[in-house]
Amino acid sequence: MIEVTNLSKRYGNHLAVSDVSFTVKDGEILGFLGPNGAGKSTIMNILTGYLSPTVGTVKIDGFDILESPNDAKKRIGYLPELPPLYLDMTVKEYLYFIYDLKKVNLPKVPHITEICRLVKIEEVYDRLIKNLSKGYRQRVGIAQALIGNPDVLILDEPTVGLDPKQIIEIRNLINHLGKTHTVILSSHILSEIQAVCERMIIINKGKLIADDTAENLSKDFSEDHSLTARIAGPSKDVLKLLSSIKGVATVSYLGSREKDTNDFNIDPIESADVRRDVFERLAERNWPLLELKTNELSLEQIFLRLTDASDKDEDFDINNFKSFKEAKR
Amino acid sequence: MLAIFKREFKAYFISPVGYVVLAFFLLFSGYIFSSMFMAGLPDITVLFQNMFTITLFLVPILTMRLMSEDKRQKVDQALLTAPVKLSSIVLGKFFAALAVFALGFANTLIFQIIISCFVSTNWLVYLGNVVGMLLLGASLIAIGLLISALTESQMVAAVGTFAISMLIFMLDGLAETIGIDVFKKVAEWVSFSGRYNTFISGVFDYSNLIFFVSVAAIFLFLAVRTLEKKRWA
Repeated sequence: MIEVTNLSKRYGNHLAVSDVSFTVKDGEILGFLGPNGAGKSTIMNILTGYLSPTVGTVKIDGFDILESPNDAKKRIGYLPELPPLYLDMTVKEYLYFIYDLKKVNLPKVPHITEICRLVKIEEVYDRLIKNLSKGYRQRVGIAQALIGNPDVLILDEPTVGLDPKQIIEIRNLINHLGKTHTVILSSHILSEIQAVCERMIIINKGKLIADDTAENLSKDFSEDHSLTARIAGPSKDVLKLLSSIKGVATVSYLGSREKDTNDFNIDPIESADVRRDVFERLAERNWPLLELKTNELSLEQIFLRLTDASDKDEDFDINNFKSFKEAKR
Repeated sequence: MLAIFKREFKAYFISPVGYVVLAFFLLFSGYIFSSMFMAGLPDITVLFQNMFTITLFLVPILTMRLMSEDKRQKVDQALLTAPVKLSSIVLGKFFAALAVFALGFANTLIFQIIISCFVSTNWLVYLGNVVGMLLLGASLIAIGLLISALTESQMVAAVGTFAISMLIFMLDGLAETIGIDVFKKVAEWVSFSGRYNTFISGVFDYSNLIFFVSVAAIFLFLAVRTLEKKRWA
């Protein structure tokens, strides 16, 4: 459906996108992931024909965006980072305008009513866009992209500025749309991509650094599973005991977070499973094992490794974790 | 093109801009007409002569918002990613401004009817006046449109277009003052007022028609190229 080959975009001396190639199949939901300023929006702007690439080609359903722009653009619905709204129009006037602009052939009133129902903007239908909240504006932006029922939807950070309930609604909407459309969606929030997309592309500094499913990405990085244990026992003795278990490479003390317990990090040798031994040896000494969990690499950590942003590890993790929890609620 | 035309034409009357411009047109033309009528000068051409200056200063207000506001509010992303040609976008906006402009002196028809009650009139001269005014407006709007496409700020667009209007206004006088023959010749050739005045005095000269049409076409073409260039920047 979408074919991108050797895409590069140069702004003066700054190389915003560098040699990016990928394809998107019919009906796929693809996530575009990258830190701020990675080049996500630039790529999306090129895909939709708003910007022209310095090098490379974009084909939508076989139509080159530069050579036959009208045929290509007809197949795309685009929600840019800032929804392109005329603030001095009502929602109705605006959607009618977009309908006329796109030269849609579907029955006008039923088509627009259907879209409004889908993105839940019926109650603001006759209000001026100027007076709408950010969340509603975003939805009008999505409605605008849906007009004409294009095969491809390109959504640049569609859930930015929405509250958690709206985020879930929009996410469900995208899942729903994904059944009948090809969707590309960008975000710098991993949980969002994870929740919606089958496949993801990670971009950093204009370069494509990963292109795979979420599971495969985690698998690639799962070779070093470590364990975290919470044990009710004297820290030094437990440390000694744990270190003596066969298959354990290193043990480190993490401190005490609960009264009368101590937390440890256990790194096993290669892929040795030491959980059973840990339990049995602790039981012998009557030091109850209260918690034991595998430290699977989260998508966040994979992302960080990939984007090489190890310096800011701590706060990045927390922020993402928060939004993740928020969204899950 | 029609969608953009409709949207822009309506936009003139959502914001006060359209009303303000129309009010000024009506005020000045009404004033000129009444004083002309009192003085016993039943000739619509006099009115059109005087409207030249007013047109120069009202057109920038009509055009300042046309392209700049879209860029500032990022609505251009919707326009440029829709399956429409750049030229349709520019032409839609151009004709919307021209339509409002034309409304601005629709009232001269009433003046002409009043005059024709008292003296016999040559309607062709009136037609020539209207066509001359439309051509003048079209070329000025095209210039304003280009300047609006070059900036994101309405104010800069308005001031820029005013400056060009001033230049057009002063060109003839300037050429006289400087007094270099070559300069005079050039000024005479590009003089808006000279060509406009020939037109409204009832002389239909193809070269004047072609002049105004080409000015409009060139500046509209440049506006399209400006939009195109933005994609490559």
